[in-house]
Amino acid sequence: MTESLNAFEMRGIVKRFPGVMANDHVDFACHPGEVHALLGENGAGKSTLMNVLAGLYRPEAGRIFVSGQRVTFRSPQDSIAHGIGMVHQHFMLVASHSVAENMVLGLNRPRFFLNLSRVEEQVAALGEQYGLAVNPRAKIWELCVGEQQRVEVLKMLFRGAKILILDEPTAVLTPQEVESLFHTLRDMTQRGHTIVFISHKLDEVVAISDRVTVMRRGKVTAVNVPSRETTKAQLAKLMVGREIFFQIEKKEAQPGKVVLSIEHLYTDNDRGLPALRDLSLQVRTGEILGIAGVAGNGQRELAEVLTGLRRAAGGKMMFGDIPLDKHTSWVNLGQKLAHIPEDRAAVGSAPGLSVAENLILKCFHHPPIAAGWSINRVAVHQNAVRLVGEYQITMPSVDTPARMLSGGNLQKVILARETSGHPELMIAVHPTRGLDVGATEAVHNILIKQRDAGAAILLISEDLDELLSLSDRLAVIYEGRLVGEMPTKGAEIHTIGLMMAGTKVEA
Amino acid sequence: MKRRLSSYRLRIETRLDNPGWMGIVSAILGVLLALIIGGFVLRAAGAAHPIATYQKIFTEAFGTFADWRAGISALLNHQACPKGSLCFGPLSDTLVKASPILLTTLACIVAFRMKLWNIGADGQMFFGAWAATGVALFVLPKTTDRVVMLGAMALAGILAGSLYGAIPGFLKAKLNINEIITTLMLNYVAYKWLEYFIVVGPWSIGDFESTGKFPVSATWPRLTEYVKQFPIVAGLTVHPGIFVGIIAAILLAWVLYRSRWGYQIRVIGDNPKAARYAGINLERNVILVMVISGALAGLAGMNEVAALRTLTGRFQRGYGFTGVIVAWLARLNPLAAIFVSFLFGGLLVGTKLIQPQGIASMLQGVILFVVIGTELLFRYRVRLEKVEQIVVPETGAEHDR
Repeated sequence: MTESLNAFEMRGIVKRFPGVMANDHVDFACHPGEVHALLGENGAGKSTLMNVLAGLYRPEAGRIFVSGQRVTFRSPQDSIAHGIGMVHQHFMLVASHSVAENMVLGLNRPRFFLNLSRVEEQVAALGEQYGLAVNPRAKIWELCVGEQQRVEVLKMLFRGAKILILDEPTAVLTPQEVESLFHTLRDMTQRGHTIVFISHKLDEVVAISDRVTVMRRGKVTAVNVPSRETTKAQLAKLMVGREIFFQIEKKEAQPGKVVLSIEHLYTDNDRGLPALRDLSLQVRTGEILGIAGVAGNGQRELAEVLTGLRRAAGGKMMFGDIPLDKHTSWVNLGQKLAHIPEDRAAVGSAPGLSVAENLILKCFHHPPIAAGWSINRVAVHQNAVRLVGEYQITMPSVDTPARMLSGGNLQKVILARETSGHPELMIAVHPTRGLDVGATEAVHNILIKQRDAGAAILLISEDLDELLSLSDRLAVIYEGRLVGEMPTKGAEIHTIGLMMAGTKVEA
Repeated sequence: MKRRLSSYRLRIETRLDNPGWMGIVSAILGVLLALIIGGFVLRAAGAAHPIATYQKIFTEAFGTFADWRAGISALLNHQACPKGSLCFGPLSDTLVKASPILLTTLACIVAFRMKLWNIGADGQMFFGAWAATGVALFVLPKTTDRVVMLGAMALAGILAGSLYGAIPGFLKAKLNINEIITTLMLNYVAYKWLEYFIVVGPWSIGDFESTGKFPVSATWPRLTEYVKQFPIVAGLTVHPGIFVGIIAAILLAWVLYRSRWGYQIRVIGDNPKAARYAGINLERNVILVMVISGALAGLAGMNEVAALRTLTGRFQRGYGFTGVIVAWLARLNPLAAIFVSFLFGGLLVGTKLIQPQGIASMLQGVILFVVIGTELLFRYRVRLEKVEQIVVPETGAEHDR
């Protein structure tokens, strides 16, 4: 059996979520003692695949082998019993408990008496052995994120994990902490541990992994590529794909006056680290500017800072002649500035309110919806009925709570709200992520229609095909900096790939 | 070789269809269930017949059928109540109790709607009572016109309550300090504040732990004052405070469901991220909601002192907590709160004579507990599900399915 060569092997894994094929017959395997990078965009299915391996999800089809033996996992306990441990992106730690207490959380042993000082000794010894020093008595909340991550890794080692899955471990770390993590990982492979390293950061993948497997839209696009024999540009291309799967009919853009002008913009991410550095951009009426870049290079922060959800740390933003800063009344901008948020359900809707009430979220401050201090209920109803017809939203009634809508219909509600008010500027973040082909096409047509109607559109997407077919100009960002700008027509995908990996190219 | 094994597991699913009548049904079922559980406690506490006890509570709270009949016929004949009894006495007492409950309930509703857990309505009410008393006794002269006096007292109560509510609101908005802790703790500060003025300090008269009697202009007119015109109202202490509560409830219902600001509050309460996304200022609204919540509780305090006609060291605690329970029972609906407050006023009046004294609190607690429990059962569907499972381990890699 060939499986015996592999630390584990997954074959033909299928996992569906409502409306999404997260894993479409995926094969994946690791040698013992290697660092294997699982590379792909957000939503490519990497985390889903690894959650299957860690016993959190159960696949609809497919088989898993550990050391050549077929296994079925019913829970993470089964998985850890076979030596597989996962460190999630969001740590699974109890903040008010100590490190040692977190170690034994969820373990079946000891059954009655907990000898915590013994656990503390074991943890300290384990930490020393692997260079993961943490004070076992410290409470989790006292630790910085890097230390918390070490606790997570230690927790898995404590449970006897031989195969360690790290889901985007560097996302929360400073460069120094990343260096120290990599050191630990190399050390662990020396001791026979196998490491799956989930990431979309090309630099790190090339730096740490022995082999790379690339996923895209739920499928594996490249298997077991030796890291030494590849380049960042090649990986970027594999990651974002290049086959054109639909063509969009659109006229030549007629760019007019500048609607959005960004000058020397700086901002920080949630961790307080710089997310945008000296970014300058302009978007004009009647054009779509696409922002290309590998995920996590400042796209989310750019969208947030432009829509008032995040403070700029420096620089200037102008929306027409209105400065966008801390004095801006975002409620008053209302529908002039449309925003299709990245996380539609969690950010773009109030699930307990009715569809009709969700449809006025951006215009309740302006007539006809607003009538003095009150809200004109008749206008709310009429508005809802009109938009539901226009955008073909399917639902029992406009008074149905938004949480009862399917993902596609909820997206239509948000699109209807954001585009119906003739926005001057539209910021669309991954507007088609997770949608099927039909819905994707509908969204694209709406965006083109808005452009032709004179809106300035900033399109942030990780899907290079989408960017190439929709946008009129492309700006590539890397680590929060603008790498370059070019017209989409005649843009070389190879050049874009290089720029997404951070290389300055004279276009 | 495959071994198949079936097992069962409980599955809890969110109910998507959640019609409005379900809320009413769950509230009624909850109260009934709470009464049954409370019956066992009453039994354990020594009541031989819990049902008889409940009957007693009911008649104490609302009067008997015979009383009502006698009262109605006396009213029609423009006579006094027969043999010196108070036909509508219990009802009047219940309404008197219901009015502070209704106002503190509204205070809780406006905050809870935004998922701000203000459990400090009690303290805000105390400050309202304190400020209204100050105005009545020390600021305005005794001879002030009654309407002006009561208006000024209400304003003072509202102002004091809202300022006292603004403190936790401000701390929550600016420093993200948990409002449950701050509002709860500030209750005790308010209790002590009042104690200082009444028991220790400057406002008490002699050793009575009480302020002097309010001037007539600073008191709610009672129905019994009109006994000359209507003999039936002799001895009835019901006052316009209940109307203040009802008007406030109607206003609040309008604000929540019809106004732009109420819409914002409901969006914030439902999904703060969506509210921020829409440009709604969360911090300002947190403070504003706490101010309004405190204002309603402060008004309850003014209402109470104007009804009691004096402020004593035994000014009753706990209306703010009863408000929490009533708010939940009314499912945060201000109009439903009118009805539920009336029932709770009855519960307080009816259990006044029952020993041990904790019975009213016990029933309140059980009702809240059970109502929230039944509400969960209505929100979710619990199902027993059969699971078929292939058991680990299996040997070798055999043919695919």
